[in-house]
Amino acid sequence: MTDPVTEEPKVTQDDPRVVSRRWMLLKLGVLINAAVGVAVAFPVVRYLLAPVKRKGAYNSWVTLGPVDQFPMGETRLATYLNPVNEPWDGDTAKTPCWVRHIDQSTFQVFAINCAHLGCPVRWFPQSGLFMCPCHGGVYYADGSRASGPPERGMFEYKYRIVGNELQISAGQLPTLSTEAKNVFRVLNNEKGRGPCAG
Amino acid sequence: MRWLKQIYNWVEFRLQLQAPVEEAVLHPVPRNTASWWYVFGSAAFTLLMLQIVTGILLALVYVPSAANAWNNLEMLNHDLPLGWFLRGMHFWGSNFMVAVVLIHMAQVFLFGAYKFPRELTWIIGVFLLLMTLGMAFTGQVMRFDQDAYWGLGIGASILSRVPLIGGPLVHLLIGGPIIAGATLSRFFALHVFIIPGTLLILVAAHVWMVLKLGINDWPMPGRPVRRATYMAEYHRLSHEDGFPFFPAAFWKDLIFSGAVLAAVAVCAAVFGPYGPTGFPDPTIIQTVPKPDFYFLWLYAVLAYLPPELETPFILTVPLLAIAFLVALPFFAGEGEKSWHRRPVAVLVLATVAVAFGVFTHLGTFTPWSPIMNAWSSDTVPEKFLHELSPLERQGAVVFQAKQCRNCHSLDHVGGQRGPALDDVATRLTEDQLIRQVLQGGGNMPAYGKNLSPAETTALVKFLVTLHPPGQRPATNAAGPPTAELNPPAKQ
Repeated sequence: MTDPVTEEPKVTQDDPRVVSRRWMLLKLGVLINAAVGVAVAFPVVRYLLAPVKRKGAYNSWVTLGPVDQFPMGETRLATYLNPVNEPWDGDTAKTPCWVRHIDQSTFQVFAINCAHLGCPVRWFPQSGLFMCPCHGGVYYADGSRASGPPERGMFEYKYRIVGNELQISAGQLPTLSTEAKNVFRVLNNEKGRGPCAG
Repeated sequence: MRWLKQIYNWVEFRLQLQAPVEEAVLHPVPRNTASWWYVFGSAAFTLLMLQIVTGILLALVYVPSAANAWNNLEMLNHDLPLGWFLRGMHFWGSNFMVAVVLIHMAQVFLFGAYKFPRELTWIIGVFLLLMTLGMAFTGQVMRFDQDAYWGLGIGASILSRVPLIGGPLVHLLIGGPIIAGATLSRFFALHVFIIPGTLLILVAAHVWMVLKLGINDWPMPGRPVRRATYMAEYHRLSHEDGFPFFPAAFWKDLIFSGAVLAAVAVCAAVFGPYGPTGFPDPTIIQTVPKPDFYFLWLYAVLAYLPPELETPFILTVPLLAIAFLVALPFFAGEGEKSWHRRPVAVLVLATVAVAFGVFTHLGTFTPWSPIMNAWSSDTVPEKFLHELSPLERQGAVVFQAKQCRNCHSLDHVGGQRGPALDDVATRLTEDQLIRQVLQGGGNMPAYGKNLSPAETTALVKFLVTLHPPGQRPATNAAGPPTAELNPPAKQ
């Protein structure tokens, strides 16, 4: 068997045939692969970025049920099916939220996710507080920050009443940059301090 | 046996692996590297192999679907013969791997092994640590229980703090608008393809460099590393006072790896697999999500950060820490290796280890979190109710009903978010108590809107009784003498 390596000395860069032809062909090969690479990269990147959509694209109006399901002066847990969902989501497509019925047609609908790091906050009607089990964030009944690590109040959904139904604009996990309302609003005047902090 | 030899020769003539393998295992290493301190790297490698094998075995059965993963794991735990044991091996293997990788890193740091010429080995090691933690986090997601679901929420909330591109990053991380099927699919891909693939390539480079550059010689005080002379010194050391790596040093690696594997198997058999915890239904909000032990320290740090510091800390400190680790061999690439001559290094390591231990310990009992059911499950201990007036007793009822116990303990029972109130009356006067209850402050919510004047009066009257027998309650120094206002404590 001939070892191709032993023929190496013949192929030098000074060899006019190699320089003019084989090196140029090699470069052509590299160029073709680079062009194909770039062409294929575009759809790959587009595919990978599929979950990224413009602001509000995921949101739509979902109903939380008839208004009289939420007694006035009380805060109740409501759940809805996320408008964007797949059959393999199972129960994770369900989303809870807190509905506070203030008066006749005034509501506040809060995201379940703590404004700190997204854990599920619980409502305690006796003390009128929302408390978070993870890092100890606490909010007042109106969603404003009471104490703990959150730097702002709870996330709120936009709502409307259609006929007798309470509807909210929902669709994405509320976080500091993907807010339920898609508007930045710091509920607290004194950032990082309770409204009554002495 | 002659036919066996013939087969070997036939294969070896074509494969030609014998020479490089012999060179790798028989290369001389300094005698002083055959130490029990040098076994953690190989143990980490063994654990990685164990994780790959047990991971593949689990992947034969696992269904990466948000709708079915949880039930699938329950089936693995209870219905499939010894499925629980394999889950246990994979879980305990991951715990051991994180621990062994951290010990390995601490040892390498303490022994100055990151210095010339092993800088790149260290840098790749830093990324191996990050990959290991990445495997740990994505592995936790595979359990797809309540902890995994809300843990993903924490991850998304952290990413959302990135300026400008926070929103897109959140959607990229969870693969859509909410944590759901797409999230599990992409974390499955990360956990079984992307991170392990990268991990294997980096491990190959890491081990290759250990073979090529030699094992770090035992650090001796007064024998500093110099770029100009180190290679020759190491060569002399390994040839004049050395022996072949195999078997002279290798037997210790082998025994320790075997012991670690045995420990993993014993833990799996005795303690079994972990989880899945609660069903991943986001509408079940009666849950207290918690990360696995290796992220408990982070959980604690995130609870203790002041709100103003949170975002700057999250966005800069991890990057600075990684940058520091990567830069370490460049600003400390030469000089003393021995810990006897590196007090700063020893101090840094001790500080990090103690901080890690303390935060992890705090993470196990989360004193910063309200105890959600303390108000209804932990009654006011009887001793605090003796000889109280009806009004004061009414105050004790208000104290329970308004969930004060969720954050304040009495007789060591209750939340630890706020101070224990066993002797609160010795610290605050009646007026101060009224102000504190109504207006809050110092991390306490204001209760003004949620207490009627009658409730406030009763509550504060009860709080004023909370002082040790024989110790007088706090008084207003500007006011009249206290003996007339507040009688001494009741026994």
